[in-house]
Amino acid sequence: MSKPDETGRGRSGVSRRAFLKGSGAAAAATAMTGAPGLEAEAQGAEPVAGLTTITLTVNGTPHKVEVEPRTTLLEALRMGLNLTGAKPISVDGASGGSLVLVDDKPTSANTVLAMDMVGKKIVTVESLISGDRVDAVPMAFVHHDASQCGFCTPGFIIAVKAFLAKNPKATEAEIRAGLNGNLCRCGTYANIIPAVLEVVKGGGNG
Amino acid sequence: MKAFEYASPRTEREVLELLSADRGHTEILAGGTDLIGLMKKMIVKPDRVVSLNRVDSLKTIDANSTAVHVGAMVTLEDLADNPICEFYPAIRQAIGEMASQQLRAQGTVGGELCQRPRCWFFRDKRGLLAERGRAVEEGDNRFHAIFGNRGLAKFSAPSRLAPALIALDARVRILGPNPGDETLMPLEVFYRTPKSEREREHTLEPNQFVSQVILPHPEGRVSASYEVRHGMGPEYPLVAAAASVLVTGGIVREARIALGQVAPTPWISREAIDAIVGLPINYETAEAAGQAAVSVASPLSHNEYKVQLAKVAVKRALLKAAGLETGGLS
Amino acid sequence: MVEYVWPSKEDSSVLGKSIDKIDGVPKCTGTAKYSYDINPDKVAIARALGCPHAHAKLKSLDLSKAEKVPGVVAVSAMKKVGDEIQWQGDLIAVVVGDTEGAVAEGLDAIVAEYEQLDVFVEDANLEAAEAAGRTAKAGGKVQLEKEPDGDDPDFEEKELARLFKESAAVVEGRYGIAAITHMCLEPHGSTCEWKDGKLTAHLSTQNVSGTAGQFAAPLKVTADDVTVHCDYIGGGFGSKFAVDRWDSLAAQLSKDLGRPVRLMLDRDLELKNGGARPSGYAESKVGADKDGVIKVWDTHFLSAGGFGGAPVNQSVIPYVIVPPNYRRRGTNVKINTAPVRAWRAPNHPQGCAMTQTAIDDIAAKLGLDSYDVFERNLVNVEDKDRRGVYAEEMKIAAKLIDWKAKWHPHGKGDKKGSVVSGLGMALHTWGGGGHPSTCMVKIHPDGGVETFIGSQDLGTGTRTVIAIVLAETFGLPVEAIKVNIGSSKYPASGPSGGSTTVGGVSESSRHAGLDALVQLNEKVASKLGVPAESLVAKGGRIHAKDDAEKGLSWKEACSLLGMSPLEVTSKGAPGRNSKLSSSGVGGVQMAEVEVDRETGQVKMKKFVTVQDMGLVVNHKTAVSQIYGAMVMGVAYALFEERLMDPRTGAFLNSEIADYRLPRLGDIGEFVVEIYEPESERARGVIGLGEPPVIGPGAAISNAVANALGVRVPVLPLTPKRVLDSLQLAARNA
Repeated sequence: MSKPDETGRGRSGVSRRAFLKGSGAAAAATAMTGAPGLEAEAQGAEPVAGLTTITLTVNGTPHKVEVEPRTTLLEALRMGLNLTGAKPISVDGASGGSLVLVDDKPTSANTVLAMDMVGKKIVTVESLISGDRVDAVPMAFVHHDASQCGFCTPGFIIAVKAFLAKNPKATEAEIRAGLNGNLCRCGTYANIIPAVLEVVKGGGNG
Repeated sequence: MKAFEYASPRTEREVLELLSADRGHTEILAGGTDLIGLMKKMIVKPDRVVSLNRVDSLKTIDANSTAVHVGAMVTLEDLADNPICEFYPAIRQAIGEMASQQLRAQGTVGGELCQRPRCWFFRDKRGLLAERGRAVEEGDNRFHAIFGNRGLAKFSAPSRLAPALIALDARVRILGPNPGDETLMPLEVFYRTPKSEREREHTLEPNQFVSQVILPHPEGRVSASYEVRHGMGPEYPLVAAAASVLVTGGIVREARIALGQVAPTPWISREAIDAIVGLPINYETAEAAGQAAVSVASPLSHNEYKVQLAKVAVKRALLKAAGLETGGLS
Repeated sequence: MVEYVWPSKEDSSVLGKSIDKIDGVPKCTGTAKYSYDINPDKVAIARALGCPHAHAKLKSLDLSKAEKVPGVVAVSAMKKVGDEIQWQGDLIAVVVGDTEGAVAEGLDAIVAEYEQLDVFVEDANLEAAEAAGRTAKAGGKVQLEKEPDGDDPDFEEKELARLFKESAAVVEGRYGIAAITHMCLEPHGSTCEWKDGKLTAHLSTQNVSGTAGQFAAPLKVTADDVTVHCDYIGGGFGSKFAVDRWDSLAAQLSKDLGRPVRLMLDRDLELKNGGARPSGYAESKVGADKDGVIKVWDTHFLSAGGFGGAPVNQSVIPYVIVPPNYRRRGTNVKINTAPVRAWRAPNHPQGCAMTQTAIDDIAAKLGLDSYDVFERNLVNVEDKDRRGVYAEEMKIAAKLIDWKAKWHPHGKGDKKGSVVSGLGMALHTWGGGGHPSTCMVKIHPDGGVETFIGSQDLGTGTRTVIAIVLAETFGLPVEAIKVNIGSSKYPASGPSGGSTTVGGVSESSRHAGLDALVQLNEKVASKLGVPAESLVAKGGRIHAKDDAEKGLSWKEACSLLGMSPLEVTSKGAPGRNSKLSSSGVGGVQMAEVEVDRETGQVKMKKFVTVQDMGLVVNHKTAVSQIYGAMVMGVAYALFEERLMDPRTGAFLNSEIADYRLPRLGDIGEFVVEIYEPESERARGVIGLGEPPVIGPGAAISNAVANALGVRVPVLPLTPKRVLDSLQLAARNA
């Protein structure tokens, strides 16, 4: 056992004030990320096993789904809710094929447990179409022919949504550097770049 | 995945109560980016999974005048975006190199440090020390260790954050086994080279967990991370290095240099440190430090090229820390 | 008498324009349903167990524990005791269950014992293969201009020696290209529903019309009882033409269990079983005159097709540029991997990468500009008609990449620190003739138009191509055509492979459309009292060619059909006499790269493709196909390879996290120009999917060689290979 090292070495370079100022802002921001009020199901210190009904809030609507502890969010979405836009492409998050937004963050649905998602806001690619209204990102993909077989496309679209939410004024260089978590085999990258730029120009990632 | 019990405690104390002393019984779930895949492939088959996702106390970044305390469940993205990282460029750069939004948004500091090796024999269910080292020794070892590989373990430590944290002299706070038990140890001591299949790549007991990473005040040190990657994707780099140096009067007074992807643990290069301390950082001295780092390399049959990459990574990490041009592509 | 031709460029309203894919919205909003996405009521999940060993005999197989796992509903063996397994991951058994978790646990509970046998996976090592008794003679050919005098048994050797002696430059080298997989993002598999003695198979297939019968036989039904359905397929690239043994099993299990069964391969089993492209390694000696014109070529090549698979066909060595004197001999290596499958442009990428690199080395040896050497070697292009086209395309490509300004002799460019840049090029060719296709067009009395073709869309935009052709034919907007593809119950069309689909469906739909229009025109003609031949369909009307006022709206015209829709079916008349489609395309690719000599990293800066393809149907999707092929080219040139462990035969990088592919940030700037003068339009529609994937290996390898002044002989050009080559060159210097 050891104690935290309290000896300030007192060397110059970074001002201690700047140091504290930076960290203070940070602490406030991160304290917000805690889970909001959760329902009483499949959560808490008591271990649960076997089939359990949980509520997942998907695209703004709460859904009851029967899951096991080992059910991934991807399986719950695809099998439980028949939302098959997110795809099983890799065993892990390496392809980005199963991306959804969880509390606005890009998340590989195949690497999170459904039970861990209770109380979170889940958004899938299917939310980007409603009747004739299609979101600006998929529309830009259509105009720039940024899908071929289309199997990676839903994950890519979610990746772009997340990327633009964080980088609404992304430049071409930033797009090339920032969208490497998703894999396309047909080779649509050259069309995705102008599609994303079009959304940036139109300011349409609402 | 094998059927397991799931528990989602809210407090650190509850976490400890749920962990078991039996190795393999319980797995701790953080971001899931590595563990869930291992479980799906039945490489890891716990009876219980304890999710840390609702332990809010593990999600904070707190700073006082001497140190920054980063909770184990802080996501990589939140850490990199935190203004505190202005003082730790090596961290921001290391996370920035993980070219996957979801990996950064989902992955956590604790999970990143405790992820399992990418060794393809391990992932092919042949064990961490596959055939007591023979699988690596006689097989395709192009991505395996070039340092510290004379024992049975020859995999490369996978963490991309650890070299930066070790260069920055970070420590980890370990809780358990009993409520109230707390251990602080330098991150480089946390890692160890397993000598048997029963051992893990770190010193955690099955009923302990990492709750925090503690970064000392940089005190004027400058730092950088440099990864040599094969392409822009999220794959592990071929070799990585991080350096933190204290320069006064143009001379390096103190240095910490750590490499990743080169040994069964993150690898502190004493040789590189000794080569640069007392000198200014320039192209020649950085090159010499890189050369010194690899003077003790022991490449395997197919990874000689990693020796060259390690040399370059050390050189470029030092140049980058000093704010000089690293050369190379982009 | 209908003339089956295309309208002129000026007369075309949608043909050859840039049209958004009509199925773009479903693909981009997650609403398109792939075979993996079909969720019939009570569908059971099936997954397979792969053999952990690369070569083994199954000694025992105990499924009983798996059957007892809660949630498992069936377990079925795919191998029997005594069977020999020839590659790691060959399927041993299948578990069916209610959830993924139950199935995974079931698979883990299967107890199989194996007797391990000798393993050999080294496809690049002739010596080791011979020592292991794993070789077989491959085909070969000798062609010499000079006739043998008498029956000198040594004539061949002597003549080749003479030709090499007379050459101003001789290059000897080893050139290779590693095996890669198809890596379809939707793995192979199907969702099978057996109901009332009939099977509906949602199969991920490139061949909806040809697979129903393959399902039928083992189920002891006939093909009419089977419907193969595939609205969307998540990648095929040549690996999804047939009903695989696991698909047949899924159908059987659905029949046995009385519930739908979905069996998709897991990612690692997909890579281990779902197809690969064979590697190729050539030991070549090439002689040229002082201008770099190749005079003589001698190659011994190695290739490995996997267990029971076909290795690289010898006919692609040398490739496109074929000198008057050559000899090729080969050895096939028998390795413990799954049989290869057709991979986009079978044989050509390997042939191009193994031989057009040697041509570039001739340029390096003579200190000549590679462009000039390729240009001078156009005299060696086998197809004389193509020589002029290549010359034109080379000029365009050179301008687009600014070749003249950027060129420097091999290894002599400016250095920016450790970074050097280089240029390289390659030529390619392909057939691309349309496959047999049948199109049924149905025009309803209310003006609605629908069409049925038993074809499929691999991502090329098949639906949109059909819609464009019929929209052009009927003078309607593209959205007016309701396209139905993806079912074996529709009129039969060929499998989508070898760039045959666009040619095939364009031919059949133009034919069917024109035939239907003739019938409709007759009715309009009698109504208007004009000759039917004088009518044209344009702008939503059918009217007299020289008097637009004299006509009817499309709707009015269709109302003349009376009560029943007009149905016309046509196969078109593909072949030599067709003016709608033909075959034979080519192109030029030029790459600019940067290489870090210290790390061996290669970065694409710019990549140009100039491609001819006959008449373009949809400019937008045609360009996309070329872009896609270029990305796949960058993939096998710089990133991907199947890594087999030499000792255990394990497929080491069968997960996406380990199988390196380019990402969006890796491609650099792409420039595409479709070469389409009137002479090309006159050739009709020709397929495009394969050709632009052929040249990137050689073009990029040549660019790296130009940058470094050192040939990195084997693709992909990984940092390891680049550094190893630089080290070897330094040692030899």
